[in-house]
Amino acid sequence: MKTKLLKPRSTSKPRPPAKLWQLRLYVVDSTPKSQAALKNLKQFCETHLKGIYRITVIDLLKQPQLARGDQILATPTVVRRLPKPVRTIIGSLSNFEHLLVGLDLRPAV
Amino acid sequence: MKTKSNRHKPIALRTQLPKCPTGIQGLDEITGGGLPRGRPTLVCGGAGCGKTLLAAEFLVRGATQFGEPGVFLSFEETEAELKANVASLGFDLANLVRRKKIMLDYVHIERSEFQENGEYDLEGLFVRLGHAIDSTGAQRVVLDTLEVLFASLPNEAILRAELRRLFRWLKEKGVTAVITAERGREQLTRHGLEEYVSDCVILLDHRVNDQIATRHLRVVKYRGALHGTNEFPFLIGNDGIGVLPITSLSLSHMASSERIATGIPRLDAMLGGKGFFRGSSILLTGTPGTGKTIISANFAQAAARRGERVLFFSFEESPDQIIRNMNSIGLRLDPLVKRGLLRFHSARPSLYGLEMHLATLFKEIAAFKPQVVIIDPITSLMDSGTDSEGKGMVTRLVDYLKGSQITSLFTSLTQGGHTLQTSECAMSSLMDAWVLLQDFEGNGERNRVLYVLKARGMAHSNQIREFLISDRGIDVVDAYIGVSGVLTGSARVAQGDLEKAAVLASQQEAAQLKREAERKRGALERQISVLRADYETEALELRRIAEQVGTRTFVLGAERAASGRLRQADIKVAASTHGRRRNGH
Repeated sequence: MKTKLLKPRSTSKPRPPAKLWQLRLYVVDSTPKSQAALKNLKQFCETHLKGIYRITVIDLLKQPQLARGDQILATPTVVRRLPKPVRTIIGSLSNFEHLLVGLDLRPAV
Repeated sequence: MKTKSNRHKPIALRTQLPKCPTGIQGLDEITGGGLPRGRPTLVCGGAGCGKTLLAAEFLVRGATQFGEPGVFLSFEETEAELKANVASLGFDLANLVRRKKIMLDYVHIERSEFQENGEYDLEGLFVRLGHAIDSTGAQRVVLDTLEVLFASLPNEAILRAELRRLFRWLKEKGVTAVITAERGREQLTRHGLEEYVSDCVILLDHRVNDQIATRHLRVVKYRGALHGTNEFPFLIGNDGIGVLPITSLSLSHMASSERIATGIPRLDAMLGGKGFFRGSSILLTGTPGTGKTIISANFAQAAARRGERVLFFSFEESPDQIIRNMNSIGLRLDPLVKRGLLRFHSARPSLYGLEMHLATLFKEIAAFKPQVVIIDPITSLMDSGTDSEGKGMVTRLVDYLKGSQITSLFTSLTQGGHTLQTSECAMSSLMDAWVLLQDFEGNGERNRVLYVLKARGMAHSNQIREFLISDRGIDVVDAYIGVSGVLTGSARVAQGDLEKAAVLASQQEAAQLKREAERKRGALERQISVLRADYETEALELRRIAEQVGTRTFVLGAERAASGRLRQADIKVAASTHGRRRNGH
């Protein structure tokens, strides 16, 4: 897939050009928490990573064997497979400010 | 099936919780059959006390001995590390994993590698565990060490709520779980896990006493079941963990009435004529050089000659040395060793700690299956631990041997002149028979005596006997009791001679008296015969005189009549003359 350079909308200093973002969202069943996480993640990506992200939702209830690979313990969990390094964020992702830091889109203050 | 097998167990009551046997030596004894089935058990303890190994053994034994697959969820060690660690206990975890008997899952979660954002739960862990349980059909689960989560997950409130849910979920799943946790300062575990696991709590401990480290295990809590509440030492040997109950909870071993000879006929005679009971424990106490090893070797030889297997633990001499020394008194042990009836096991007491010694003893005994075990001397073994440990060890050993109907002979070295020391007293209550060896000094020499201090269940001699060791073996002889006490050695011989002389003298005196009496009787008889001869002579004389008198009277009368006739005198005149003479008076 072609990558598209995107100017970050945040007020922080500009980020270097990003390649495709591969995000995995691990959930268990479609609980309110997982639904909230997916909604929040999509919204966040649309805002900050428009066009350069891909979200894979993994329902551990259906594929429990996948939990081992990414060392999933808590759900929901977002794993940033790409770009490296791997980042893991657990929770329903309700705080976008924290998410920016967590996904290295903004350095921690 | 389970209830049936429980019913067969003597301790298990019908109302008791179903138990899940751990297969760990001794632990099932203490807990009366194992951990509570279908419930979580908390194993807590400090670093290096064997929590992980205990948990791993629980799984391995479950998979290999009880046909119950297991899941090991490790939060600390990787799968490879775990495999390597338990391999040192002789468990082939890799093989069990390949055969899908055990599933290892390393849960790694690094605080620095993730961030929290919003609400979450630990459903992922549940799914992982659930998947592992379902895919292996596991009935046993180990979580080692769950507390790592407290360091990794910042939100303790969520974690605690999730842990509570986890334990409830484990119960619902019906798996028997072992959860390990670090020992806390003021509570059992650092993060208070005991509040979630309330069915069974086992505490492990590693203490150093007098430079000797010993691990202990204690069942702090076992809801709904009787259990041993004491601290029990346990060992991590090369075939797993062994918990050593100080005393088994029951005192119910069989008591054989069969008697076995000691190899010293006079000693047998002192023991009601038949020797010790089979399966009894015998204590042989003595000061240095009183012949403890020799008597032990005699006992060993006698047993081996009967075709019994004898295991001789020596903590002072090497096997070769014992064989050589016994040869010098005509006791040939090497043929018995060659025939496989006698086995020596020598080790320095300081080689390792008491628990390790005990484990070695148990292992050797289990492997050789002897009928007679000799430990020479038990005291040097006891010295390698503290006092109470030593006593505990002897208790356990005696208990084990009695339970297996093995006759055991312990020698005990006592120092100096005191033969009855307090430690012996403590030990002696465990012993069925106690033979004391002692030195008697005096008369410029040292002599050995022996006596039976106690022998339960048999009439035994109260006599002190001297025993002699010569190149023909042991000889037990009567000791003389003189005015100044027991006489032994040359004093005994001298006393014997004295007594012999006295007997001889009195014999001579009697003969003398007899001769005197004979002589007196002879003299008397001679006197009597002389007197009788005298009497007879006199009587003869008297008779002769009487005869003479008679004759003379007759002759006189006749002469008078004849003269009267001659003178023609009237008879009448004669007669009146007579009368007149009478009246005139």
